[in-house]
Amino acid sequence: MKLSLTMAAFTALACAGPAGAADLTEFTLVIKNHVYQPSELRVPADTKFKLRVTNEDATPEEFESTDFNRESVVLPNHSIIVFIGPLHAGTYGFFGDFHRDTAQGRLVVE
Amino acid sequence: MPGVALLVFREVLEAALIVSIVCAATRGVPRRGSFVVGGIGLGVVGALLVALGAGFIANLAGGAGQDVFNAAVLLSAVVMIGWHVVWMSAHGREMAQHMQAVGGAVKAGSRSLAVLLTVVALAVLREGSEVVLFLYGMAAGGIGAAGLALGIALGIGGGALMGFALYFGLLRIPLKHFFSATNAMLMLLAAGLASSAAGFLVQSDLLPAWGAQVWDTSHFLSDDSVLGKTFGILIGYKAAPAGIQVAFYLTTLALMVVGIRWQQRRVSSQSAPPEFPQATVARPQH
Repeated sequence: MKLSLTMAAFTALACAGPAGAADLTEFTLVIKNHVYQPSELRVPADTKFKLRVTNEDATPEEFESTDFNRESVVLPNHSIIVFIGPLHAGTYGFFGDFHRDTAQGRLVVE
Repeated sequence: MPGVALLVFREVLEAALIVSIVCAATRGVPRRGSFVVGGIGLGVVGALLVALGAGFIANLAGGAGQDVFNAAVLLSAVVMIGWHVVWMSAHGREMAQHMQAVGGAVKAGSRSLAVLLTVVALAVLREGSEVVLFLYGMAAGGIGAAGLALGIALGIGGGALMGFALYFGLLRIPLKHFFSATNAMLMLLAAGLASSAAGFLVQSDLLPAWGAQVWDTSHFLSDDSVLGKTFGILIGYKAAPAGIQVAFYLTTLALMVVGIRWQQRRVSSQSAPPEFPQATVARPQH
């Protein structure tokens, strides 16, 4: 509770509440056997969007991208939402930090 | 095993660099070593608790719990470092003027130790909780105990080595400039941590991005490289920051500079003009 109060104060301070999150298009990634499905996701350029990452494995994964600066742990059988963009057209890699050898994918922004 | 060593190394590296900077900045403070060890110990216990409670944390704040938690940990470290930098800027000088060597050093020392302990614990907690979750997954995935142990040992060893290298590198700075240098490093560290905190709040849409990527130098130095990560801690380098991350960085620096000016003016109006340009806690022995 204290945290959310601090957060509320913080957002007020920055003169900007959460942007109409409900209006954003949602895309979905599923992690299964330490592989992203799909491994290539097409998203619109210059548009902010929501990405739901669901981990169907029995072990934790960290959804991460250094190309578009996101990192978030996804617990087993859990989903996370990350807000991304607006990004310029191009290809942006992402990976699973806990299984880098298999969990690789990319966003094709067009 | 190589995967384990690499991940542990990357996380330990970040924590070790922070610990080294804070250690250098509290050079000469008595009983510093036991506080560093204590901070690391608290951080490890905290990391285990955070990993155990990861599901609970994730569900807080309408699903944004993880990001809010990370931002809160980072911003707590920023506040502690900022307070230390501002406080020392005036009181170190005051002590030098009045030569209250014993009483002053003890007072400054105990305050510095509180900051040292907290910042070390927070750094270890944040990086450590990810390591714990990762290792849990590896163990559950059936990696052998020997491979796991070797990976952990190599990762921690490598990360700690980088931390020691930074620490002993910093000790080579001449004493005259030493605390100016460590103070500047603390300020850049705090600014970078503040910008990382903003990044977490942007990804859960609690803060506006103000431009998702205001520049991109990843072809030059990637955040994922060891050098990129090192500069990420040392000066807050980010290859492609959001606008608000830049704003957090600059605001944190500006607030500290204003705080230092204000403190120094306050103190110098109370006493004779300063003769010593730089604050020191206590002279380290050679």
